[in-house]
Amino acid sequence: MHQLRTGVATFLLANVLVGLVRIARGPTPADRILVTQLFGTSAVAVLLLLAADQGASSIRDVALIFALFGGVSLLAFVRLGPRVRRGGR
Amino acid sequence: MTVSGVFSAGFLLAGAFFFLAGTVGILRFPDIFTRLHAVTKADNLGLGLVTVSLMLEAPSYAAALDLAIVWLLVLLWSSVAAQLVARDALDRGEVPWRGA
Repeated sequence: MHQLRTGVATFLLANVLVGLVRIARGPTPADRILVTQLFGTSAVAVLLLLAADQGASSIRDVALIFALFGGVSLLAFVRLGPRVRRGGR
Repeated sequence: MTVSGVFSAGFLLAGAFFFLAGTVGILRFPDIFTRLHAVTKADNLGLGLVTVSLMLEAPSYAAALDLAIVWLLVLLWSSVAAQLVARDALDRGEVPWRGA
């Protein structure tokens, strides 16, 4: 079980790395910021796997915080994007 | 390996598969709207399967409840974020993909 969990956690990290290709390609800023959602979900999964593997409930709390604030970046992007495009504040 | 261990391993591998599907989707899909599906559906199903896998082997009910709360929060956020990003893209005048 230890090897399976760490293996899947490593696989998820590799997944995130591949997701960086979408950031490089774009084409719009929205496409790029969307990858943060992938990061967030993968980060939560990796943290939960490590927490279970090491029996460390504190790591699970970190995952909880990630989950709690997961969409704030997209929220900020959508709220502030139009203002930036207009060139105002 | 116990019965719950076998199920746990199965759910974990299924979860990894859906994460892979999400990543393939975000790379291959043609526009922002279809990519939203990959990120907010496939990945969340993957995370759900991973949490179920860990809940089966959780040391206590409190730990299992924690895992469930984490998944529900991620689901909540990604559904909200999907709506926001899609509406923002429509407002900017992006036209949804109609097929090749």
